[in-house]
Amino acid sequence: MLPATLPLLGMPLSGAGAGVADGAAGESVLPPAGLALLRWQWHEVEAPYLVAVWILVASLAKIVFHLSRKVTSVVPESCLLILLGLVLGGIVLAVAKKAEYQLEPGTFFLFLLPPIVLDSGYFMPSRLFFDNLGAILTYAVVGTLWNSFTTGAALWGIQQAGLMAPTVRAGLLDFLLFGSLISAVDPVAVLAVFEEVLYKVYNSFVEMGSVNVQAIDYVKGVASLFVVSLGGAAVGLVFAFLLALTTRFTKRVRIIEPLLVFLLAYAAYLTAEMASLSAILAVTMCGVGCKKYVEANISHKSRTAVKYTMKTLASCAETVIFMLLGISAVDSSKWAWDTGLVLGTLFFILLFRALGVVLQTWVLNQFRLVPLDKIDQVVMSYGGLRGAVAFALVILLDKTKVPAKDYFVATTIVVVFFTVIVQGLTIKPLVKWLKVKRSDHHKPTLNQELHEHTFDHILAAVEDVVGHHGYHYWRDRWEQFDKKYLSQLLMRRSAYRIRDQIWDVYYKLNIRDAISFVDQGGHVLSSSGLTLPSMPSRNSAAETSVTNLLRESGSGACLDLQVIDTVRSGKDREDAIMHHLLSGGLYKPRRRYKASCSRHFISEDAQARQDKEVFQQNMKRRLESFKSTKHNVCLSKSKLRLRKAGRKKDGSADKDTPNGKPHRASNLPDTAAVILAVESEEESDSSETEKEDDEGIVFVARATNEVFREHKVPGNGSMEVCPSPRIIPPSPTCAEKELPWKSGQGDLAVYVSSETTKIVPVDMQTGWNQSISSLESLASPPCAQAALRAAHPLACAPPRGDELRDPLAALVTPSPEPHAGFTFAPSLAKAGRSRSESSADAPEQQELQPLMAPEDRGCLSPGTANARWLIQFNRAGRL
Amino acid sequence: MGSSQSTSEEVRELVGKTGFSSDQIEQLHRRFKQLSGNQLTIRNLRKAPTGLADEINFEDFLTIMSYFRPIETNMDEEQLEHCRKEKLRFLFHMYDSDSDGRITLEEYRNVVEELLSGNPHIEKESARSIADGAMMEAASVCVGQMQPDQVYEGITFDDFLKIWQGIDIETKMHVRFLNMETIALCH
Repeated sequence: MLPATLPLLGMPLSGAGAGVADGAAGESVLPPAGLALLRWQWHEVEAPYLVAVWILVASLAKIVFHLSRKVTSVVPESCLLILLGLVLGGIVLAVAKKAEYQLEPGTFFLFLLPPIVLDSGYFMPSRLFFDNLGAILTYAVVGTLWNSFTTGAALWGIQQAGLMAPTVRAGLLDFLLFGSLISAVDPVAVLAVFEEVLYKVYNSFVEMGSVNVQAIDYVKGVASLFVVSLGGAAVGLVFAFLLALTTRFTKRVRIIEPLLVFLLAYAAYLTAEMASLSAILAVTMCGVGCKKYVEANISHKSRTAVKYTMKTLASCAETVIFMLLGISAVDSSKWAWDTGLVLGTLFFILLFRALGVVLQTWVLNQFRLVPLDKIDQVVMSYGGLRGAVAFALVILLDKTKVPAKDYFVATTIVVVFFTVIVQGLTIKPLVKWLKVKRSDHHKPTLNQELHEHTFDHILAAVEDVVGHHGYHYWRDRWEQFDKKYLSQLLMRRSAYRIRDQIWDVYYKLNIRDAISFVDQGGHVLSSSGLTLPSMPSRNSAAETSVTNLLRESGSGACLDLQVIDTVRSGKDREDAIMHHLLSGGLYKPRRRYKASCSRHFISEDAQARQDKEVFQQNMKRRLESFKSTKHNVCLSKSKLRLRKAGRKKDGSADKDTPNGKPHRASNLPDTAAVILAVESEEESDSSETEKEDDEGIVFVARATNEVFREHKVPGNGSMEVCPSPRIIPPSPTCAEKELPWKSGQGDLAVYVSSETTKIVPVDMQTGWNQSISSLESLASPPCAQAALRAAHPLACAPPRGDELRDPLAALVTPSPEPHAGFTFAPSLAKAGRSRSESSADAPEQQELQPLMAPEDRGCLSPGTANARWLIQFNRAGRL
Repeated sequence: MGSSQSTSEEVRELVGKTGFSSDQIEQLHRRFKQLSGNQLTIRNLRKAPTGLADEINFEDFLTIMSYFRPIETNMDEEQLEHCRKEKLRFLFHMYDSDSDGRITLEEYRNVVEELLSGNPHIEKESARSIADGAMMEAASVCVGQMQPDQVYEGITFDDFLKIWQGIDIETKMHVRFLNMETIALCH
């Protein structure tokens, strides 16, 4: 173990450790007097203690480095760690007088390397990886072969030329071995995996002794290259499969999920190591392969735990390795210097790396559609940092078999130092100077995700049309296979249901909104609070968020009924769905919002509205009698948003500010105008005496209120304080009307009681309704969705899976039929109607209605369809 | 436009128009004939009421395909930008089914629904809410702060360009067009 390999380390640290150990040894005070008060048991705890202290020092060092952002922005962390290691090593050397230090290969390969590799494998952007699989494999395999052969051969050449001290006793094979290990690039890079493979092969050659190597052994060696690498990959995939399968059944024991991930990945590593296959490759493939399914299966918390643990472990291991590297450099007894070898190695690795990159890129560019340009090549040539893997591999050499080991060690140390420090320091300025397009980490946007998916389908379709089964074709095939079999097998049903990349992004963005809302604190009411469950609220940090504006799109100036309608309906449905999904996490914020919503309801921006209000007054009676227009509903909500936005703008969270009223007044006309417009369209058709239990009325209750409020506004500004009797709806309470099923919910009753609705000013009532509706959907039984689906012909429509892939049709004019929804809307309305007639009080039915209505509207095609549908619906209601 | 009649002049003309090599055109022509059953045009197989072209001839076919040509290595910035725009315009028209220059919410929704239709567990409502969310997002990206009386009617082409800003389409939107030698491999 680590401490065993660092017996020296205990000495300088024992001083520091002693202080802590006093506390730790406090138990030993407990034994009765007469015995020793304090027993020193250092040797019992030495090993784990040193490990702990070691990691602690490494972590503290990291903290210190990151105290100064300036330093870390210029100097890579690995540099600092190596320097720290040098300092520590110097201290150790000074204290102990003899530098006995060794990074035992066992420790490195069994404990330090796996976390690093797992981390890089698990968090590898799989899409990018597979998109560039060809290039990556080429560089990893061919590049490694090239580097090791050329470097090894060239070094052998200069030895033959007599440029090295004669004490460097090494044959061609030794140099090839050295070339293979020195061509290992930074361990964090996944590309490093192949080095290990090559090294293993060479090492077995060397261990056989060059005289014993037969021609057949070379063939075997080449074969074993494939066996070792492919075998390692296979082991990794098998374990990835096991891991995914296991996590499928952990629903009731969530707590072991993170552990499972690490255990099985580690098992993959050890298994591959046991079979002398490429363990690095195994654990990488395990990480790449399992991620998708594991992430879907395990709980959100487990996911976080996995992520943090993995990152922590990798970072610890890396830190320890680099510090050990620094320490080992001080220990001069372990290495022997040969200038020729060192300089030669440095020169050759740089030269051959550059040469290799250029050659390979040239070859690759013959096939790649997007060629790699010169700048890429420069960076790639220069970016070949050698790191801990090389060092560990060289330490691993057997001195009896490789007599020149000490020289190799020295050279490796120099090379690692040179690449990490010199190249590491300069590569950033170089990249900046060359203006390399660096991957920008912009947040994922829903649009982007959607477009990329569409795009994949299109490309697959085009490949189909062209008749060439290329990369996109196979990826598409793989995705189909994955969807059909693998995902079904490896993901738990509930996870599979919502597991879709698009959905996932959507979901994540929503979560982020929610979190940011909670972070903003309770007292500050942000507009995002109101739109919380809906995606767009993400953008609503600014008070005049587009979300809100979109929702209130019914404005006098630009009256676009379709837009209003579709947006509104979208919102309703969205709410319903998202509330269910996010119920756990969002409950609290929403409550908070509710409270604040009712509190600050007013402040609006001052704008000229008076002219419209006059008109409004005149229309008052008509409005009152008119009870069922869905547009009103939309408007009520949009108004709500509007007000919210206004409030935000105002900056004051308190609704009772005196300037609040004028503000609100100013905003209302826009919506009012729409109401009027809508009504004039529809009044002739819709009967004013619609039955109360009609679906339309469910919404009307609120809409009417909304309308009433409009009238109040011009009359008296004190409306918030004393609501007029007219505000109270004729039938139960507007809230109950609107949310018929809500009455059964005790905890909601507090907010919903008719008393409340009476006392609360009308405009606040809208707020109540809004919040209640959101609460409602939280509390409503999950079966509501299912019921809705069942009742909804739309949802039962067969999936049009391959539409986009339909080669030519999709290409020529990929027009989805916009009128699809319209055709059955009337029948749906009738269905809903008859149901509500047959069992008007069935809570399930009532639940359906509010959800359905927006749904239907959403299906409507733009233009007259909307009005027509409404007409039909109303007729159905009258029948 | 059978292969026998496709004189070299015709081919040259197509080369100039679409940028394909004559080899590629030959190959695509074969594929075209395969698809069309040796007819001059490919008939639309889908029974959609409106919006779809009834048939396309080889030139149309080539034009469509030419959008998926990879970029040339020797393009300068301006050409690249042009190429990018062309590709995006093609994509835009795929979304914009009524070709009124705007991707309306309806159109967007249809696209999203079709995208998600492969997953039977995602209901249409979810697809729609996603589309709605995306639309809102697009609005915020493209318009930024809207005036209260503004209505976001749909994604225009300029907005579309903005949305795609982060994605280098020019390096992605391409398909490998085979040369003559490899044609035997496909079908």
